[in-house]
Amino acid sequence: MNPATPQTASGEKLMIEMIDVNKWYGQFHVLKDINLQVRRGERIVICGPSGSGKSTTIRCINRLEEHQAGKILVEGVELTRDLKQIEAIRSEVGMVFQHFNLFPHLTVLQNCTLAPMWVRKLPRREAEEVAMYYLEKVRIPEQANKYPGQLSGGQQQRVAIARALCMKPKIMLFDEPTSALDPEMVKEVLDTMIALAESGMTMLCVTHEMGFARTVANRVIFMDRGEIVEQADPETFFHHPQNERTRLFLGQILY
Amino acid sequence: MPVATSPGRRGSLLSDPQARAWIFQVVAVAAVVAFGWFLFHNTQANLQHRGITSGFGFLDNAAGFGITQHLIDYSESDSYGRVFWVGLLNTLLVSVIGIILATVLGFVLGIARLSSNWLIRQLATAYIEVFRNIPPLLQIFFWYFAVIGPLPGPRDSLSLGNLIFLNNRGVQMPAPSASEAYGPFMLALLAALVLVVLLSRWARARRLATGERFPVFWSSLALVVAIPGACVLLFGSPVNWSVPELQRFNIRGGWVVIPELVSIVMALAIYTAAFIGETVRSGIQAVSGGQTEAAASLGLRHGQVLRLVVIPQALRVIVPPLTSQYLNLTKNSSLAAAIGYPDMVSLFAGTVLNQTGQAIETMAITMSVYLAISLSISLLMNAYNARIALVER
Repeated sequence: MNPATPQTASGEKLMIEMIDVNKWYGQFHVLKDINLQVRRGERIVICGPSGSGKSTTIRCINRLEEHQAGKILVEGVELTRDLKQIEAIRSEVGMVFQHFNLFPHLTVLQNCTLAPMWVRKLPRREAEEVAMYYLEKVRIPEQANKYPGQLSGGQQQRVAIARALCMKPKIMLFDEPTSALDPEMVKEVLDTMIALAESGMTMLCVTHEMGFARTVANRVIFMDRGEIVEQADPETFFHHPQNERTRLFLGQILY
Repeated sequence: MPVATSPGRRGSLLSDPQARAWIFQVVAVAAVVAFGWFLFHNTQANLQHRGITSGFGFLDNAAGFGITQHLIDYSESDSYGRVFWVGLLNTLLVSVIGIILATVLGFVLGIARLSSNWLIRQLATAYIEVFRNIPPLLQIFFWYFAVIGPLPGPRDSLSLGNLIFLNNRGVQMPAPSASEAYGPFMLALLAALVLVVLLSRWARARRLATGERFPVFWSSLALVVAIPGACVLLFGSPVNWSVPELQRFNIRGGWVVIPELVSIVMALAIYTAAFIGETVRSGIQAVSGGQTEAAASLGLRHGQVLRLVVIPQALRVIVPPLTSQYLNLTKNSSLAAAIGYPDMVSLFAGTVLNQTGQAIETMAITMSVYLAISLSISLLMNAYNARIALVER
């Protein structure tokens, strides 16, 4: 599409490229020389102990956090302070949050049609059709006219996924999507995410669900203290971790 | 039976809970009735002793005193009943202008408190901390005695292009009065407004149907300016202006806003705005940051995030405390009596009471007026609150 889109040696287009990204909160160095390349259709799981900079990394990709050094390119477009460009990139990058962040004053359907109508300028009828299509995909079309407060956590998170999909994003970012859920609701959300992965979506997912990482990810990234310590395919990552810190972490979470 | 009741009989009737409850209630009712009767009888006796007849007949008597500001025609020969309406309107005038100014200023302050600009934030904070911590009566005195009092007399008025004059007698400004072209002008304005409503409905329907935008604001502005404008060109100006003119000792003509009104409105608006500012700030802050992030991550612009997501949620937190600020302002307007602004309290619970001696009637009327105004505001605001309230569950 875009002639400027950088390509890997094999000729694949890069969806996201982070080059030597650094970020500080005051004195605290949160991200240290992050380098990351994401190809179209890749499914990446980022894991690591809390405070390791996983969430910050993906929040930098759609500028919810600003990085202070290095470069981030989304589909070849560099993230700068240009608001128009940030808005354009955000409309192509869907995000799902730990705490759902549905709009409580709008119905499920209105949550899904808000951005398509105001950003994509779709007519309401069309926006509603798109919304119903994705609400069916996440298997809750019957809740369309309820308010978020009337739904269970799992249902809310599925609505949040549908809301992001309604913008027809090219990349989906998940920031611990199952961490705030009751155990019995984790599966319904993971199933939705697996179905999404099977449809070929480019996904970047911060999660502690190692089962999900094993079945879905092409690549697992381990972060600790603001650095990418190790990245590998799930098979190598779980069975032959190279780094001592990775082994320690895996030992703690895989009982 | 003798065995079962013996413990009950041992104590008096007072140790039986049910009997006790009855006894206490009967005693309480009797005490209240007796006190009420005492009050009534005492008042009757005193009034009789002083030769005052109770009742509302005095409302028809001539008042015989002048009032510095009356929104309806009034002269000394008018009745006390007329004074009531003058006072009521003067109180409403202060309340309405005060509420409008305080709301606008308060919202600006609340948003300024959250500004990313350090100076604006600090200024708003300083304003709020100063004005909400000084008693409103002092602030009224400040405006009346310290700001307007020392202004020059009419002859040396501060003037704005010889149209608006500011002096120690208040503000004098040009006053409009209807001319022959007034009717056609109002018709043209009405027509323009109807067109604007139709246009915005059509534009909304089209946006929902096709997603296309229509520049509603600019075309509405053009309509509202063009149609009445054409009318002015055809029929001439809709109003005649009576411009205040500086004469030898005084300024004649135009509208005079008395210094008491300026002081009370300034003081109450500025005082209440400080509270409204805090209400607005806390309302906006009550909307979680996650909402802003979620809206922004969908690609909505900053303005859209505020308008579509943050403000609708913030309003639900803002409106109930806003109502009590409106009530406070309305009730505080009775402080106007302290500087002699002819409001309900100073006219009715002051002059009329002193002249007629009908303390009970005048106080009852005055208190009922405030009660009625306050309840009306509550009712209106509750209706508005119900409309925007959270339908979450």
